[in-house]
Amino acid sequence: MNMHASPLDLTEIAPGFADPTRDSQAVFRRVMDAIARPGTIQDLSFAPEPPAGLGRAAAAVALTLFDFETLVWLDPVLRTGPAADWLRFHCACPFTDRPGEAAFAIVVDAQACPPLSSFNPGDAKYPDRSTTLIVQTPGLVGGRCATLEGPGIKGRTSLAPAGLEPGFWTQVQANHARFQFGVDLIFAAGDLIAGLPRSTRVTIKGN
Amino acid sequence: MAYVAVKGGEAAISNAHRWLAEDRRGDPAVPELGADQVREQLSLAVDRVMSEGSCYDRDLAALAVKQARGDLPEAIFLMRAYRTTLPRFGYAQPVETAAMAVRRRISAAFKDIPGGQVLGPTFDYTHRLLDFRLAADGMVPDAAVEAEEPQTYPMATIASVFDHEGLLESDVPSADTGEPFDLTREPMSFPAGRDQRLQALARGDEGFLLSLAYSSQRGWGNTHPLCAEIRLGEVAVAFVPDELGFAIEIGELTLTECHMISTGAAGMETAPQFARGYGLTFGHCERKAMSMAIVDRALRDAEEVEVAAPCQDQEFVLYHSDNVEASGFVQHLKLPHYVDFQADLQLIRRLRREWFDREAALKEAAE
Amino acid sequence: MSPASNTPERYYNYAYLDEQTKRMIRRAILKALAIPGYQAPFGSREMPVPYGWGTGGIQLTAAIIGPDDVYKCIDQGADDTTNAVSIRRFFAQVADVAVTEDTAEATIIQTRHRIPEQPLKAGQVLVFQVPQPEPLRGLEPRETETRAMHAYEEYGLQYVSLYESVATYGRIASTVGYPTMVDERYLMSPSPIPKFDNPKLDDNEAILLFGAGREKRIYAVPPHTRVRSLDFEDYPFETQTWEEDCALCGARDSYLDEVVLDDAGERMFVCSDSHFCAERRAQGHVGRMADHQLAATPEKEPAQ
Repeated sequence: MNMHASPLDLTEIAPGFADPTRDSQAVFRRVMDAIARPGTIQDLSFAPEPPAGLGRAAAAVALTLFDFETLVWLDPVLRTGPAADWLRFHCACPFTDRPGEAAFAIVVDAQACPPLSSFNPGDAKYPDRSTTLIVQTPGLVGGRCATLEGPGIKGRTSLAPAGLEPGFWTQVQANHARFQFGVDLIFAAGDLIAGLPRSTRVTIKGN
Repeated sequence: MAYVAVKGGEAAISNAHRWLAEDRRGDPAVPELGADQVREQLSLAVDRVMSEGSCYDRDLAALAVKQARGDLPEAIFLMRAYRTTLPRFGYAQPVETAAMAVRRRISAAFKDIPGGQVLGPTFDYTHRLLDFRLAADGMVPDAAVEAEEPQTYPMATIASVFDHEGLLESDVPSADTGEPFDLTREPMSFPAGRDQRLQALARGDEGFLLSLAYSSQRGWGNTHPLCAEIRLGEVAVAFVPDELGFAIEIGELTLTECHMISTGAAGMETAPQFARGYGLTFGHCERKAMSMAIVDRALRDAEEVEVAAPCQDQEFVLYHSDNVEASGFVQHLKLPHYVDFQADLQLIRRLRREWFDREAALKEAAE
Repeated sequence: MSPASNTPERYYNYAYLDEQTKRMIRRAILKALAIPGYQAPFGSREMPVPYGWGTGGIQLTAAIIGPDDVYKCIDQGADDTTNAVSIRRFFAQVADVAVTEDTAEATIIQTRHRIPEQPLKAGQVLVFQVPQPEPLRGLEPRETETRAMHAYEEYGLQYVSLYESVATYGRIASTVGYPTMVDERYLMSPSPIPKFDNPKLDDNEAILLFGAGREKRIYAVPPHTRVRSLDFEDYPFETQTWEEDCALCGARDSYLDEVVLDDAGERMFVCSDSHFCAERRAQGHVGRMADHQLAATPEKEPAQ
């Protein structure tokens, strides 16, 4: 379903990539590195100014991966703002309010995020049909320290995005526990991103 | 500035390309073949290339035939590789073959049907004798004699003939039909719906489908097909631009359509009726359209009965019907495989050594 | 090479593929990396080279490559094999990219049938051309069946097949495309690399991407992922070894190609990895036929 049937006011839309081909390629390589090397922090500061409500990195990832073939779940606080119009104009992506059918989701408030288990976990034969969530956080450091192990990680590493409650990490652990099912996460804070695919085992000190 | 190492491979490839171009041209004393000549005079080759190349453009198809030196699967490949890079502006309305401006229409089911039997431009009743007059230049054939009465329009379809008795299954789309599958944008998935199957068959190799259809006639999954209707002619293509909100005509296609009918598997819930197999191609590709219709019907059997023959097997038919895929993979065996072969050589040598050792030991023990 | 030169390739988008196709492939790559060893279906396009000639690898490269990359392409380990030359030319034309034979210098290495001898490092991507992504296909022709086997981790058929090989030949007789287990979950075809290269898949520093164009599948192994070659306790996995050294550089630990010198049984063995061999020779290593014409240093000259 498309929640935005209203016409777009083009005068209000901020520009996207200056060179869509080169810029999206550059962003993608960093997103690929983020997913291939969970916990590493990738810098997208070269990306264009984002619309209100989105960080630069989250917006750049959306510009790079969304299009008319991807159903996108938007955090309710973004649905009626400039970010939705911006995505609609630049990506032509359809929106959904049902997390279970979304290919991508943009979460700006992890505390108010629907349970991770309500997003699409893929199916047994096609686990790739799962949702990828872009989760905006106030920062990628300074939060609760999560120890990460698994594919893409030499031994172990850590990641400490700010603003995530223990309950969120419990969900991330449950998400990993049902591998091959599961959603994949991209944390975005300002200009930076870090990936956390379902394959990563997470331990939190004292839990 | 990019630098590459110049080695045998580089020079060999460049020279091979030059030699190929030379061979394509042939004897320069003979006038060069124009793509327009191909388009007009090798029109059935052009039709096949458009059909299996999934791209309706007579000029490009003619160019592909010329560039491929008449190798049609190669020309089809050229069309496909071009087509896949084209941006997608939108989707046309479904074409209405019932509204076709018919040039040829025959039915093998009835002696006469509304609209009549129209033979049209067909090889069917020609005697296959080489016409040596064609070897001479400049012959313009006499024009065909025009009918005294104009053809009825629109020409009744075979479905409309059967309609009032309900003898033929209807072709009304079922309610749950979503957007049609598009093989050019997503990979094959199984079980394949009829939309996916028909698209694969429409793109499929004429020779492969012909042989499959033939195998079904010979008893490998017998469908007892009967050719209810073949029609050839022009249909209009309509498109609804977003800014207008209503359909406008944007062009015209030549299509060949075939309905094969056969007795369906008798259902308990519906009255017995004839089931159909459907074939549709760009241009005039009658052999292909008929083969496609028979194979479509055979694949539909698999929904009802256990798969007993190759032509009924979805995975077998759909995974192997595309000649661009098949030709590439068969011919990739020309590429170097010496790493793999070295591994095999090593193994065979080792196994032989062990075999001789064992033989020698047995011989020694026997002595 | 002038980017504006009037070659047919210039009529197409940067890196040949249109942006929508690149996005579709990029999304598939991310899912493949998130589920290591799982074969993600993708809407593979017709490419300007035939299916079976590297269309999967080419699509992967086209989806990730940028003007800052340095591209290397090998076939059978060598940079100068005809198909590698052809693919490298293609990307030099359509992606304005620097090309190299130097394994260490490359950011993207596309390969058919080999993994370079020199260990890869972080920041590199190794793109494999894959003819048949399904490791079980030889045992079960139906995709519907093999997909279910992966879904429910039912790999008994594979072990039965290896056991039968032991029973028949006294060893696991698989030599190329030797089946691997990725992170103890997905059975994966390493593509037709010799099993000599299998250990390089395990805990590799680079991102390994596998593309099967005709079969329309992408799969991946992230860096530092466990990749285990299947075996039995009493028949452990073993790699190929040679009694000979490389005739050009004297290497004893590289994969060797056999070169037939005459029809009287005379042959020489040389490194399949042409760059590895050339580097060793440049460092002064000498094999017993070091002056053979195969050792001739190629001239460097601007690409046309």
